[in-house]
Amino acid sequence: MGYKKKTIILAVITVLLALLYICYDLKGNIGYILPRRIMKVVAIILTGSAIAFSTTVFMTITNNRILTPSILGLDSLYLLIQTFIIFMFGSQSLVMMSSNINYFVSIGIMVLFSLVLYRFLFKGEKNNIYFLLLIGMILGTFFGSFTDFMQVLIDPNEFMVARDRMFASVNNVNSDLVYLSLGLIVLAAIYFMRFYKYLDVLALGKHEAINLGVPYDYVVKRLLIIVAILISIATALIGPITFLGLLVVNVAYEFLKTYRHFYLIIGSVLISIIALLGGQFLVEEIFTFETTVSVIINFVGGVYFIYLLLKENKSW
Amino acid sequence: MVDIKGVFKTYNQKSVIDGVSLTIEKGTITSFIGPNGAGKSTLISMISRLITKDEGVITIDGEDITKAKNNELAKKISILKQSNAINLRLTIRELVSFGRFPYSQGKLKKDDWEKVDEAIDYMELREIQDKYLDELSGGQRQRAHIAMVIAQDTEYILLDEPLNNLDMRHSVQIMKTLRRLVDELDKTILIVIHDINFASCYSDQIVALKNGKIVKQGPTCDVIDECVLKDIYDMDIDIKKINDNRICVFYA
Repeated sequence: MGYKKKTIILAVITVLLALLYICYDLKGNIGYILPRRIMKVVAIILTGSAIAFSTTVFMTITNNRILTPSILGLDSLYLLIQTFIIFMFGSQSLVMMSSNINYFVSIGIMVLFSLVLYRFLFKGEKNNIYFLLLIGMILGTFFGSFTDFMQVLIDPNEFMVARDRMFASVNNVNSDLVYLSLGLIVLAAIYFMRFYKYLDVLALGKHEAINLGVPYDYVVKRLLIIVAILISIATALIGPITFLGLLVVNVAYEFLKTYRHFYLIIGSVLISIIALLGGQFLVEEIFTFETTVSVIINFVGGVYFIYLLLKENKSW
Repeated sequence: MVDIKGVFKTYNQKSVIDGVSLTIEKGTITSFIGPNGAGKSTLISMISRLITKDEGVITIDGEDITKAKNNELAKKISILKQSNAINLRLTIRELVSFGRFPYSQGKLKKDDWEKVDEAIDYMELREIQDKYLDELSGGQRQRAHIAMVIAQDTEYILLDEPLNNLDMRHSVQIMKTLRRLVDELDKTILIVIHDINFASCYSDQIVALKNGKIVKQGPTCDVIDECVLKDIYDMDIDIKKINDNRICVFYA
């Protein structure tokens, strides 16, 4: 079975799963339930696509299949922002209450942080991508420790609110924000189209890419900015869930067995939507909202990560 | 013509290339020889813009490489580095087709595929063209990479130790192919090579580097000389003439 056929199969499964999720056990006040479910599906499609897409691009730039954009420290920064707001202004404060303002503040700070980080690192001649990752990791750890520190100090009730923010959830997404995110993601996608053709070549490595005439620094810088923007949007919309990327992109590579980014991106986006929809379905129908989708994703993802490490000696 | 004028490169205050000036004529094989750390790879990487130079000017056919468009340059000059650790699942044919990227931007047309076929035939890879790279021996993989460079169809071809890890038969095969590329297709080849006997038998011109400086440059017969080689490698090397080739004897 070729990768084209497999991609079509994934698309069919995605559509069926979305229909199942929307129509399952649909009774009662349909006028209320239906729009809410559709909004959740849209939110899942948006975040799933953003995460899968940016992880695929990130792995191609770094030529490494176990690195995800979470290494840039954006998740930790998001949690730091949330905790900091609660710490300073309390969970009842305006920013915490109005999801719109929170969304803008979070995206703004995360994108700003990435731009400053990139600016510093691409300033000189020695623009080593692994140096960028190292700095991102150190800052991420710093943000994490600082978050912990503040969480220890705040009131236990406030801590519960902060704790909720640590897990991604689509249970109460705001429909305005979904539309807004859709717009932002479409804009990012349009901007990305100019660089799409370079991805296959970038996967060959830096030297090959330069040899084949790719304006390497120019393209990589812009792709990294797109990655940061998409991760920020997805995180601000439903919470930190970048671990999903590691899982779905690797499954896409294993399943499709191709190097063509056209299919890899579509495949990983579809797998990501399937994972999120399936996870959300389990959360609602089996766990009856006892847990959140990111707990399930992290559990499955963790098991898969161990599997990846164990089979590392085999070539993929 | 490749023209290098007053090129410097420094890493952490250690000078790697120290004022190199050099002119390379079209349609020749030029070998770069010298001890480890002489700056051969650095120089060839700078000519192919993989790394930037600190000072100096490098022009190719009169055009400054720092000002040329990336894509246009990729149609003129190609490089093959020592380590080709590609961790993608690619077949030989797919790898070779990447050589057409500067022309096709990823959308290969009929004449691009013709060039790919030509390159595969030139390197005699037709029978194994659908094998994956990780299934190949070192020699086959090296030939696949050279086929990609041939498909890129550039006038100037730079190779950084293309004979690494190859046995004698494959080494000779590759050097003969390079010679054919120059004689039949009028390419210009710059090659970093450690085996001075291969340099002696196949190149038109040799450039000897030591500590970032050119010690000697000139036609092969001038550089393969006992005094010159002693100066470069700090060891006595006997030169014997066997079948019109100058062979250096230094093993014992």
